Amino acid sequence: MIEKPEKLIDKKGVRLDGRKADELRPLKLEVGVLSNADGSAYIEHGKNKILAAVFGPREMHPKHLSRPDRMVLRCRYHMAPFSVQERKSPAPSRREVELSKVIRESLEPALFPELYPRTGIDVFVEVLQADGGTRCASITAAALAIADSGIPMRDLVVACAAGKIDDTVVLDLYDAEDKLGVADVPVAYMPNLNAVTLLQMDGILAPDEFEKAVNMAIEGCKKIYVLQKEALKTKYMNVKEEIKEETEE
Amino acid sequence: MPTFFEAKQLVTPGELLAEGEYQAGENTYKEENKIYASRIGLADLDNKRVNVVALRAFYQPKAGDIVIGAVTEVGFNGWTIDIKSPYTAMLRASDVLSRPFKPQNDELSQVLDTGDLIVAKIASYDRAHDPQLTVGEPGLGKITRGQIMRVTPTKIPRVIGRKGSMISMIKQETGCQIILGLNGVILVTGKTTDDEELAMMAIRKIEEESHTTGLTDRIMQLLKEEKTKREENKL
Repeated sequence: MIEKPEKLIDKKGVRLDGRKADELRPLKLEVGVLSNADGSAYIEHGKNKILAAVFGPREMHPKHLSRPDRMVLRCRYHMAPFSVQERKSPAPSRREVELSKVIRESLEPALFPELYPRTGIDVFVEVLQADGGTRCASITAAALAIADSGIPMRDLVVACAAGKIDDTVVLDLYDAEDKLGVADVPVAYMPNLNAVTLLQMDGILAPDEFEKAVNMAIEGCKKIYVLQKEALKTKYMNVKEEIKEETEE
Repeated sequence: MPTFFEAKQLVTPGELLAEGEYQAGENTYKEENKIYASRIGLADLDNKRVNVVALRAFYQPKAGDIVIGAVTEVGFNGWTIDIKSPYTAMLRASDVLSRPFKPQNDELSQVLDTGDLIVAKIASYDRAHDPQLTVGEPGLGKITRGQIMRVTPTKIPRVIGRKGSMISMIKQETGCQIILGLNGVILVTGKTTDDEELAMMAIRKIEEESHTTGLTDRIMQLLKEEKTKREENKL
């Protein structure tokens, strides 16, 4: 366990890892990293490292889980045994089962399940390294992987958390802040439709603080969305640019 | 009634494309009079219709389409065929044998076995039923020679070209027979494997550069260059 420092945020408003209150951790996104999956994405969000893979739409197995009128989305969130300080048992824990459900429900509104009846799609999220806010980073990566697989979507889904440390509302908590802080509010958001698909709160916040945290998280989502879009375009842009150069020669 | 994209602009799912009196075409959807993209692709305006040519998609079966598939299972009265789509297709034994099918006389695996590839036409398909195939037309049936390749199904129209200009050019230049499965599987049959490889190389090139203009001419040039290069190597 981490020793609790006297202050998580100093008088100047600088946090333990040197960020300001409304600053995100550095992000790196990549699309199409796995050749065996229909769609895939990789995210590095601060020290989080997460892989997401999508398979389908394909026939559902076991068959009784398929629905005659729509496509079924299945999600599996899993943390690698080496993803945290103390070895984590590879068997799905209570927390992982819950996060799988939460990720599924935050992605579902972005899909058109009625287009592909009797089929299913599988989303696999593997956390290689965790440092707080993995559910948000997982949603961001999973949405990218779905878009990469060619499954039609209403919008990309982006997620980001805000919370309270000491007595300040801050954006994008990392592991220590999450554990020692007062509250954590993860939000998943569809930027073009201005719709929230996930809203959770862990801890205690006053109504005005809650509102501030939600708005801050949505602003964070919008910033991540720009990078997310960029990452998706980059995969297909590369091809386009190579050809341009060739024809100019 | 503005549109929010330039012709052939790369768009991502959820991007707002147009507002007002427009129709939602391929890979787009309409909500509250606004049109959004639903797949990553290149946006295009055709009259009042907003289309997105998808860069990544999978095959959606349609009755009448010619597809190439592989036998995955031999059943009691037919075969299960993988057509690289969300749905697996069925081929009935009575469709292949031109006489009434009797399970006691006919051993289905002698006609088509697991792993065999077939060219078939989709006889019927709807939301509630898996696609049914038929091979009862000239040019359809088991594949005995040639090479198979896969491209993204959305690229097939580009391989065909305007009024078939691209595909007939490749056929002429390489002397190969080419069957395009609309599910993205292509069969190339030539006199020699060299010819086949040449045709496959051209198709790969088309797949990579499908969104550029003047492609037919460039492919023609490429094929001619390759052919002379190979001639020289032989000498």
